[in-house]
Amino acid sequence: MALIEANNLTKLYRMGDETVHALAGVSFAIPQRDYCAIVGPSGSGKSTLMNILGGLDTPSSGGITIAGNDIGEMSDDDLAVFRNQTIGFVFQSFNLLPRLTALENVELPMIYGGVLPKERHERAAALLQRVGLGERMGHRPTQLSGGQQQRVAIARALAGQPALILADEPTGALDTNTGIEILGLFSQLNKEGATIVIVTHDHDVARATKRTIEMRDGHIVSDELNDRSARHDANV
Amino acid sequence: MMRTSDLISSAGRALRANPMRSALTALGVIIGVASVVAMVALGSGAQAQVERSIASLGSNLLIVVPGAMRGGGGVRGQAGAGGGFDSLTLDDAAAIAQLENVAVVAPSQRARAQVIANGANWNPEVNGVTPDFLIARDWNIAQGRMFDETEERQARRVIVLGNTVAINLFPNMDPVGQTVRMNGGTYEVIGVLESKGQSGFQDQDDIVLAPLSTVKRRIAGRRGRGDTVSQISVKAQSEDVLSRLQEDVENTLRQRHRTREGEDDFTVQNLSSISETMAQTTGVFTALLGGISAVSLLVGGIGIMNIMLVSVTERTREIGLRKALGARQSDILHQFGLEAVTLSVAGGIIGLVIGVAGAWGMTTLFNLPLVVSPLNAGLAIAFSGLVGVVFGAYPAWRAAKLDPIEALRRE
Repeated sequence: MALIEANNLTKLYRMGDETVHALAGVSFAIPQRDYCAIVGPSGSGKSTLMNILGGLDTPSSGGITIAGNDIGEMSDDDLAVFRNQTIGFVFQSFNLLPRLTALENVELPMIYGGVLPKERHERAAALLQRVGLGERMGHRPTQLSGGQQQRVAIARALAGQPALILADEPTGALDTNTGIEILGLFSQLNKEGATIVIVTHDHDVARATKRTIEMRDGHIVSDELNDRSARHDANV
Repeated sequence: MMRTSDLISSAGRALRANPMRSALTALGVIIGVASVVAMVALGSGAQAQVERSIASLGSNLLIVVPGAMRGGGGVRGQAGAGGGFDSLTLDDAAAIAQLENVAVVAPSQRARAQVIANGANWNPEVNGVTPDFLIARDWNIAQGRMFDETEERQARRVIVLGNTVAINLFPNMDPVGQTVRMNGGTYEVIGVLESKGQSGFQDQDDIVLAPLSTVKRRIAGRRGRGDTVSQISVKAQSEDVLSRLQEDVENTLRQRHRTREGEDDFTVQNLSSISETMAQTTGVFTALLGGISAVSLLVGGIGIMNIMLVSVTERTREIGLRKALGARQSDILHQFGLEAVTLSVAGGIIGLVIGVAGAWGMTTLFNLPLVVSPLNAGLAIAFSGLVGVVFGAYPAWRAAKLDPIEALRRE
């Protein structure tokens, strides 16, 4: 069974008298250890799909199972636990809490997971080490560069030992070189076993992944494996 | 689910991030609690003072005075229908003594006289009394002794000094055994009374007790003639029978004076009921002061609500992020609720300290006892906590209900 199985997902928004089909019947499956990009212009429905994959939103109809969880059937509190235990979010604008140190930011999901302080510190420190920020654990976000902040955010996404890393335009606020570094980190994590979905409008970013799902007007218009050479180019 | 210790440290961190704002928000509660505590303490002090000064006159006591007490409180004099200041007699006192439930009856005659000793002179109230007067008024002798029945009957020239008189006439010596001059006569001091302190504006210790017959014959002058007295103190056997005894005394005197109800030429004062009425009055006054101060506590609570709403708006993104990372609605609710309660309870504790200090200052200024009960202090803290819960609930609920998608999109 695949990690994510989506079957004929729809999402309707009512805007005044008009009904907008943000998702108009989307089906796909993402196996474990996949590294895939969902691309499309704004309004294509990719953000709506990401919100549903992340347990922030529920579909209007259709079925979606993530790591054995049926998202459509869950209460608000169940979804909160699901997000905490199963999903690791990475945002375009990092979304680190400015008053907390890098270490404390990484600890944040574990606080909601009820992990004891001692274990939290140790795990957060190990994760910062892993993303290459072992020397800067006590720094606050304002004392870090954009690339470093995104590394902290990635460490935070890994803190709950999630089944799925969900990244929303993770390189959008970074310069090209730093963006490539971050994508390299994702590649590395994927090789170590993480399942990663990146949502982006940038085809260069999509080419750095193994697989591209392209969306337009609420439909999936293509779903292809990226060839190795293209990925290699993007990694340069 | 968030651990309690994490919740507390998170709230503390959020409040420390804006120290000035937190302090000003708490200030509203500080002022509210401080004024409630100070006003209630002041009112309770006044109440205790009233009760204490009335109790010092004597317990289970009826005081019969000549003249009728009008509704307005004035005493009707000679011009009244049924007589005037001369209406009470020793026979009246004797008749009252026959009634049931009477412990002691003590008729007395008041006068004023110049008292001279050692070249110093003093102008106290001179009260001609029987030895039972001390029992009726719950008064004790501090030094020496009280005159006895024989000395009273024989109109001996012996006196007992009130504390104020003793201090002023004999500042550096034992007054017992000394002699003083009053109205041209020489009197021997045989005792000094225990101090009773102030009753209202009157110094109860500014008094000289002498045998009733002595005062009537030698000091009171024209008013002392015949067997009239200016006051009869009646002590009941217990508090329970006091109002029944009051009725009996009134009926007896009406019979003896041949007056009808409403035309009385005497007044029977029940000190317990006076004390109760005055305590009630000051109690109402205290509640009123406390109530007015509570309005400022309410305003402080609204201040907390206001600043918490601002805080929720400012931290919308943070709330969205926390939810994305797995915070439940209850986690967010508790976090913001705890911030509000921390603000208000901290304000309550500081306000309590300031309020007690203020009450101490005011009671010292007005010479009142300071009454701060632990119960009131506890209530003040609990009430400020309640203010935090009530006024923090809505902002916290707003935060908890935020849609994480919307919240994360907010700049």
